[in-house]
Amino acid sequence: MSEKKYIVFTLNGERYGVPVEQVLSIEKPEGVTPVPNTAPFVKGIMNLRGILYPVIDMKQRFGIGESAVQKETRLAIVQIDDIKVAILIDSAEDVISIDEESIEPAPEVTGGVKADYIHGVAKIDDGLLVLLNLDRVLRDKDVEIVKKIEVNER
Amino acid sequence: MENSQYLDMFLDESREHLQNMNDNLLALENSPDNVDLVNEIFRSAHTLKGMSATMGFENMADLTHKLENILDAVRNHQLQINADIMDVLLAAVDRLEGMLENVQSGEGDRMDVSDIVAQLQSVLSSPNQGSEAPGPAKKKTETAEGHDAFVQSVIVQSLEQGYNVFRTTVTFDESCVLKGARAYMVFQIAEQMGDIIQAEPDVEKLEAGEVGPSFTITIVTKESQEDMRSKIMDVSEIARVDVVDLKTIAAESAGGGGASSQATDARSADKKPQAQTAARAKATSKTIRVNLDRLNDLMNLFEELVIEKGRLEGVARKLKDTELIETAERIARTSSSLQEIILNLRMEPIEQVFNRFPRMVRSVSKELNKKIRLQIEGAETELDRTVIDEIGDPLVHLLRNSMDHGIELPEVRRQNNKPEEGSIILKAYHSGNHVFIEIEDDGAGINREKVLQKAIKNGLVSESDADKLSDREVYQFLFQSGFSTADKITDISGRGVGLDVVKSKIESLGGVVEVESEPGKGTRFTIRLPLTLSIINAMLIRAGGETYAVPVTNIVETALYKHEDIMTAQGREMIDFRGRVIPFLRFSRLFDLPEEENKGKYIHALVLQSGRKTAALAVDQLIGQQEIVIKSLGTYLGDVPGISGATILGDGKVALIIDCASILYA
Repeated sequence: MSEKKYIVFTLNGERYGVPVEQVLSIEKPEGVTPVPNTAPFVKGIMNLRGILYPVIDMKQRFGIGESAVQKETRLAIVQIDDIKVAILIDSAEDVISIDEESIEPAPEVTGGVKADYIHGVAKIDDGLLVLLNLDRVLRDKDVEIVKKIEVNER
Repeated sequence: MENSQYLDMFLDESREHLQNMNDNLLALENSPDNVDLVNEIFRSAHTLKGMSATMGFENMADLTHKLENILDAVRNHQLQINADIMDVLLAAVDRLEGMLENVQSGEGDRMDVSDIVAQLQSVLSSPNQGSEAPGPAKKKTETAEGHDAFVQSVIVQSLEQGYNVFRTTVTFDESCVLKGARAYMVFQIAEQMGDIIQAEPDVEKLEAGEVGPSFTITIVTKESQEDMRSKIMDVSEIARVDVVDLKTIAAESAGGGGASSQATDARSADKKPQAQTAARAKATSKTIRVNLDRLNDLMNLFEELVIEKGRLEGVARKLKDTELIETAERIARTSSSLQEIILNLRMEPIEQVFNRFPRMVRSVSKELNKKIRLQIEGAETELDRTVIDEIGDPLVHLLRNSMDHGIELPEVRRQNNKPEEGSIILKAYHSGNHVFIEIEDDGAGINREKVLQKAIKNGLVSESDADKLSDREVYQFLFQSGFSTADKITDISGRGVGLDVVKSKIESLGGVVEVESEPGKGTRFTIRLPLTLSIINAMLIRAGGETYAVPVTNIVETALYKHEDIMTAQGREMIDFRGRVIPFLRFSRLFDLPEEENKGKYIHALVLQSGRKTAALAVDQLIGQQEIVIKSLGTYLGDVPGISGATILGDGKVALIIDCASILYA
């Protein structure tokens, strides 16, 4: 039985999990500087102990709404290889261990999130946990289009 | 492997020796009779052979040895340098470079070099007819001269390093029978004390007993003059030992010293190549090699310091405490000196990039059947190491472009009343906060019409607009992707991947590339690069409620305009800037920011310049000038149009750095 630890957070009341080793820390969203000419889901960039992290609104990224920064809103600081980003989440819950074998493949659509972005679904005590494939989310070529946006006509 | 800790050093030094061989071989091609050059190449080869054998790279050592044989034959006048021999020698050096690369990538030095070995052998076995063995007298003086310069330089370097250099004349007893044996004993003692760099008569003659009543040796040593004398006197049947300190002589007549002595046979020096290299190594031990990672760590820490300094300055200003302000100022001064030193540590002469070009030009011009002379100027110009690492490829591209598309074939040049040999000038120089690199050829120039036709065909410009474009604007099309005006595709350039790659590479280094051309006369590419990459002076401004940084290098001046100063032409806002009408850009519109209503009488603006473009940029507020540390936006965001990076301000907030080139050229 191989267990893996996941960080659980919520988006629109739904629970999502990402492997703990991908999450460096959970922070409060403060001092975010907007970056023009980027995708709408890029809320800006922030400094955390001398390192810059783009702040991403996961709801907008998945097309399931838009985050409004509230008291509970947090940032999950994520690093996958050379990609460092801060992800806006509604709230951070806790860390749980999940048996790899209990993970089931993703159904076609889960809460509106593309199946490509989902590693699998795990059953936990009081419901379902959607395990995100952040690697794919962050490397998706859709993002490339964003970079190509020209400087606005003046 | 036990040797692994030395591997880096071995790679570095071998590379230097190979480069040295390369350079000198090329020089030798132009002056085939220069024995100094042959000796220099021989020395590098010899050291390389020794090093590679020590490291266990037998194949390298073996090939170097074969190369050495030819060089030896050349300097002994058994072989005359010609184009064929040059080709073989250069090819052998290429192979050695290949082996070295393999060694670096951990594959060892195994490589099939049988073809090149065969060529080397055949060169040796068939000494060319052209060189009749010259008279021994001539040979002797030539080699002697060759070594004198070397011995001289060793002497000078040793003295600089604080070694003593003694010219010791040993006179035998009249009754001495076994002079050879005594001489040998003197040599033994002398070698224990230091390095013998010269002997007259030469060692072999001495040991064979072909000695007059006395002989002279020149020694580099740490021992004192008196110790030297007394130790040699201990050898029996020695009548007198005269030790002359060359330091005093050198002081009296710089350039005199041991070099004035005549007739040093080449072999006496050969016998002691180890001693010589040792002396040379000592002479150059003033520098140390530092891993670039360590310098980067230092730089990162320093960047943190600059940010903290900015914070301290802010606090000092706010508190208006004189003592604190003074302290902050002192820290600022110290840190700017520190910055200069750290940045200088990272500076290296561009020579190491330019070095490989003579070889490249030689072989490419052969391929193209063109005659091309490459002239290099300003190779000593220093650039940040990061830039040095990256600038090679774009330069290769531009040089190839000049050779392929610029310089015409010899027949064509003759018809156009130009010298058959085309010339390419590669020049580097500092100016202000920038380094310029120019590549200028005296070739056919750029055909404006051809470029325009292609641009129209590619849909880059409409036929009606084409005539209005300046030459400069037309030439800029060359940097568009997939743009090659060459009629036929050659191996050298024009494979579609072209100048666009050069442009984007240079821009990624914060630089600009421009091209000027005169039909029939030639073309000049100018690359402008920032001197340093990580810390710049910037003007902080506010717009749309955020703070932004604009590099001071792009700012011509700050200005105040009245609302009625702004004119409109073809739907674009313009302003008069010293009699010139320039675009008037509004920051907030450029970046889609909420526009603050300007109730004031004046509009704050920066007049920006990048390349030949000038424009005014209206902002909400000017904050002031500050040193900022450039940070990249990271892999995830990649290139963002109009933004070249970000910096962390004293209060920890992030400010974006405006990419003036992209907003002016957009």
